[in-house]
Amino acid sequence: MNSDDIEKIELELFLEAIHYRYGYDFRHYARASVRRRVRHILGKTGCKNVSDLIPLLIHDEQFATKAIYDFSITVTEMFRDPDFYRAVRQGVVPYLKTFPFIKIWVAGCATGEEVYSLAILLQEEGLYNRAKIYATDFNDTALKKASDGIYPLKDVQQYTSNYQKSGGACSFSDYYHAEYNSAIMDQSLKSNITFSNHNLVTEGSFSEVQVIFCRNVLIYFDRSLQNWVFNTFANSLSRSGFLCLGTKETLEFSAIYDQFKVIDAQERIYQKKI
Amino acid sequence: MRMKNRYQAIVIGASAGGTIALQKILPFLPAEFPMPVIIAQHLHPLQDGAAIIHYNGGGALIVKDADEKESLHAGFVYFAPPNYHLLIEDDHTFSLSVDAKVHYTRPSVDVLFESAADAYGTGLIGIILSGANQDGADGLLRIKQKGGLTVVQDPQDAEVSYMPQTAIETARPDHILTADEICKFLIELTLQRVP
Repeated sequence: MNSDDIEKIELELFLEAIHYRYGYDFRHYARASVRRRVRHILGKTGCKNVSDLIPLLIHDEQFATKAIYDFSITVTEMFRDPDFYRAVRQGVVPYLKTFPFIKIWVAGCATGEEVYSLAILLQEEGLYNRAKIYATDFNDTALKKASDGIYPLKDVQQYTSNYQKSGGACSFSDYYHAEYNSAIMDQSLKSNITFSNHNLVTEGSFSEVQVIFCRNVLIYFDRSLQNWVFNTFANSLSRSGFLCLGTKETLEFSAIYDQFKVIDAQERIYQKKI
Repeated sequence: MRMKNRYQAIVIGASAGGTIALQKILPFLPAEFPMPVIIAQHLHPLQDGAAIIHYNGGGALIVKDADEKESLHAGFVYFAPPNYHLLIEDDHTFSLSVDAKVHYTRPSVDVLFESAADAYGTGLIGIILSGANQDGADGLLRIKQKGGLTVVQDPQDAEVSYMPQTAIETARPDHILTADEICKFLIELTLQRVP
């Protein structure tokens, strides 16, 4: 057995250790990213082998919390993929305007950038007051950052540019105030957002909602886990509800594809059939 | 007698000036080129598909953005989609990630190369072309350590020499060639014939 094969075994044991000890299940995550992330953690600890991390993980909760955060965090930005938000304004908002109330689930919200982007969009479209956004993630550290709504000021230039390209009706600076090196998101954006812990991998349906945003989460999952999550989504959406995926994610090969029609193929926006 | 080609895939990293070098290589690879070509090129995040439109029509191979879970096949040139890292799984399918940028860039050449080295080992050819970033040097070293073949564009031939130069210093590649020579070399090596 060569060192690669041994490392593969160590990776599986690492994932099992997290699962047994803390309940987070990464065993159906695509392996190439898992391997890269674990090696990154390994490099920071000075340990030699992946298996050396396992005792730390099991006995040192502080290490584990940090490691699981590093291991699972993804990086996004406000109005990432401006064309997507433009498509939501054009293809989804007109439907939402006919709904008496709108419950929206942002599944796997990470540090919240897309949640605030959505809140801004809803405000500008006059929908925010009858909307309720449930923003969930399994990672409490990420969720805390999301609910704080404080982002590095250096990123704001990018956000502003994205916002403008997405069809924003106002000025992005209307939605935050700057303090030292931070941009603090406006309180009015938060009034109808509930941040809560939910694990897509181990928990089922969340609530009946009219819209689900789950962008760039499923790319990390293997096919079986993707299908499990798609089923959760199909069960959580009301009739005529919308599913919005990342621009590189598709319903096409899933078991629930027949239950949906395509609203925007390019931007991966789907609507549940009646 | 024609020897069996030992290589299974080619990964290419390119940044500033890389397009010029790619134009000297991709259009000249023949339809029977026996392995997939996978490219991580630093582009503006919103330049979606630009590379693909740019190269298609010029050569025999089909150029496309890599899709997640897509299987790699000969006859195709796959580009990392803008604003995603591209990785190759051990079963020779693609994965995408939105993990943090590496060397200020996503896609990162290092991320592609390191995963490709794990997936293909001695069956991999890694190539670094023109660029102004150190991205790719560590990845190329990884390919070399895993027994793959490493090639870097001659810094004097590159529009921007920094990326090839850094890769040469870090990885001490097997070959340093001009873009034209790289193209010839790949055809001779994999098809065992003179183009």
